[in-house]
Amino acid sequence: MTPTIIAGAVASAVALAASGAAAATLDDVKSRGNLQCGVSSGVAGFSYTEADGSWAGFDVAVCRAVAAAIFGDAQAAQFTPTTGKTRFTALASGEIDMLARNTTWTFSRDVDLKFEFVGVNYYDGQGFMVPKALGVTSALELDGATVCIQTGTTTELNLADYFRANNMSYDPVPIETNAEAQQKYLANACDVYTTDASGLAATRSTFEAPTDHIILPEIISKEPLGPLVRHGDPEWGDIVRWTFNAMVIAEELGVTSANVAELAAGPTDNPEVNRLLGTEGEYGAMLGLEKDWAVKVISQVGNYGEVFDRYIGESTPVGLARGLNALYTKGGILYAAPFR
Amino acid sequence: MSMTATPPQESFRVDMLWNDARYRSTFIQTIALMLVMLAVAWLASNAVRNLEALGKDFNFSFLWQPASYDINQRLIEYDSRDSNARAALLGILNTLLVAAMGIVTATVIGVVAGVLRLSKNWIVSRLMAVYVEAFRNVPLLIWILMIAAAVNETLPAPSAFRGVETGAFVATNRGLYVPAPIFGEGSTPIVAIFLASLAGLFLLRRWAAKRQAETGEQFPVFWAGLALLVAPATLAFLALGRPIDLELPELAGFNFRGGFFLRDSLVAMWLALSLYTGAFIAETVRAGILAVSHGQSEAAYALGLRPNRAMSLVVLPQALRVIVPPLISQYLNLTKNSSLAIAVGYMDATGTLGGITLNQTGREMECILLLMAFYLTVSLLISGVMNWYNTRVKLVER
Repeated sequence: MTPTIIAGAVASAVALAASGAAAATLDDVKSRGNLQCGVSSGVAGFSYTEADGSWAGFDVAVCRAVAAAIFGDAQAAQFTPTTGKTRFTALASGEIDMLARNTTWTFSRDVDLKFEFVGVNYYDGQGFMVPKALGVTSALELDGATVCIQTGTTTELNLADYFRANNMSYDPVPIETNAEAQQKYLANACDVYTTDASGLAATRSTFEAPTDHIILPEIISKEPLGPLVRHGDPEWGDIVRWTFNAMVIAEELGVTSANVAELAAGPTDNPEVNRLLGTEGEYGAMLGLEKDWAVKVISQVGNYGEVFDRYIGESTPVGLARGLNALYTKGGILYAAPFR
Repeated sequence: MSMTATPPQESFRVDMLWNDARYRSTFIQTIALMLVMLAVAWLASNAVRNLEALGKDFNFSFLWQPASYDINQRLIEYDSRDSNARAALLGILNTLLVAAMGIVTATVIGVVAGVLRLSKNWIVSRLMAVYVEAFRNVPLLIWILMIAAAVNETLPAPSAFRGVETGAFVATNRGLYVPAPIFGEGSTPIVAIFLASLAGLFLLRRWAAKRQAETGEQFPVFWAGLALLVAPATLAFLALGRPIDLELPELAGFNFRGGFFLRDSLVAMWLALSLYTGAFIAETVRAGILAVSHGQSEAAYALGLRPNRAMSLVVLPQALRVIVPPLISQYLNLTKNSSLAIAVGYMDATGTLGGITLNQTGREMECILLLMAFYLTVSLLISGVMNWYNTRVKLVER
């Protein structure tokens, strides 16, 4: 019996050692056969499970796009639901290869926590939601209120700063997940729920009577939300960054999931489209991917605009306008580096 | 013909290490110790290597940086500009508060339920059995969540009290408000008189016990003590013009203000911890009482003691010897179980140091080590105190 135990202990110790920060994430992902992706445990429109149990949503689409770029199969992604508290540990420990979970890009997360944000897939800001019956019209009237807040997020810090700067007091109720916050808020155990404005809109859309709640006009912070990877493997960061950029560039160039097959059939008149779709140059090989990786991304997941409209756009229950997230050519600030 | 059989000079051979009983146990223990040390060294070097690979260092300077977050239940002054160390201290105080409240009520509940479970009254003993089994066999986390949900979902929100006359006690779905005393000008003598009465009560009890031992006469300690405790302080209170006032909770804005506030998360933690651990303590108490030989209570009855006094004077003191050691474990369990507090948003040490601070600074290793050190210290302190108590109540053996 003892030798078995020792052998088991040694084996698990070796496994533990191997799970340390590995440099070549792409090789690991390829040999594993799927992409491990961290998402939030459930925010309408951004990451949720369909009736058949598969994950879908605006954040989930980034993971699916990376899976499509690597394996040519958007389904080759495994999802790990994380909370605001567990997400960074999951990424740092190597449990997940990338995190796409409405995570705000901040200095300390980028520099001190040793992560690498590869871009911004949603420009957001922190807002407040209150029941209409409360009669509050401005965040400056919230002195003394009980505020539900997701713990482990930047919103927790912004809230402290905002109330301090405006010389108001409040009673914070820290909560682990969006679902719990929703339950507390609807039970009136807190007057206000605060998180990113997109999250508020998404949460409100799932209420029985969404019109009984208003989102206050004050946006108290910048929240650039984006996918991130670990420090120390720039090649892997490049793959995630350019997969996301490819989706934005595809929207710029008018490449959609409907016309991508046709455009990729042969060189077109637009060299940038050709470079993107791999009919010109060796851009895929430079990333360590197939020539037509971007075609797979766009045909299986869609370009940025398509994904936005499908999950959180104005035709969905979440109903977010493009706003800041429109292309820079259309009044927004969405701007991807050129594909050349 | 003589044979002088000199015993063969046995030289040490390597295989004697495991074949010879003289060396075997030392040898095996040495090997085991080396293996343990190797494992510890390997774990430490693994941690160091992985921290290095992540580009993280190991230092505690983050403790002196501003915490930047707010904490709802503050037993001492705190705001978001204070350091992470102070935030951790607040969390520690909150842990100690809920653990202390829980230990007191769990003990009371446990002793009462344990004694009643042995009651000859069928309904009472069955009821206690139901209580013990229900709380012992459902995970604590579920009780915590259930009580919190019950408070949140069934009690009225503070806004429901708008325009309603509220009394001294208010129960809202955000917690309970109870009146708090305000010590005004000239209240110091009253407090001093009260403390003196307490000391007097202690002396009275000793005197009465001594008198009874010597003369056999009983003194009505309870009534005399009650009078001693209440009368002087009340007289002084009236004589000095009622300087101590009660602050009643009043609805102001979104919430009630004034009085003591037992927030929903504290109520949920406190009740759940007390009822859950109380069920275990009840079983310990029952076992302790059953361990006292039946002859003891029969002897007590034969001497003419009534059942109440037989229990409190003869059975319970002897049962304590059996009860106290497992009781220590229950107190430790309760204290450690209070780390489930984040489930209902109670900001204990796990919620501040091991939660928000850890998360916002990314210092997992340091925070978790500090947290372990804290729980270890508290647990050792509790067992130290209880072991001291145990040596006092245990049977003196000569």
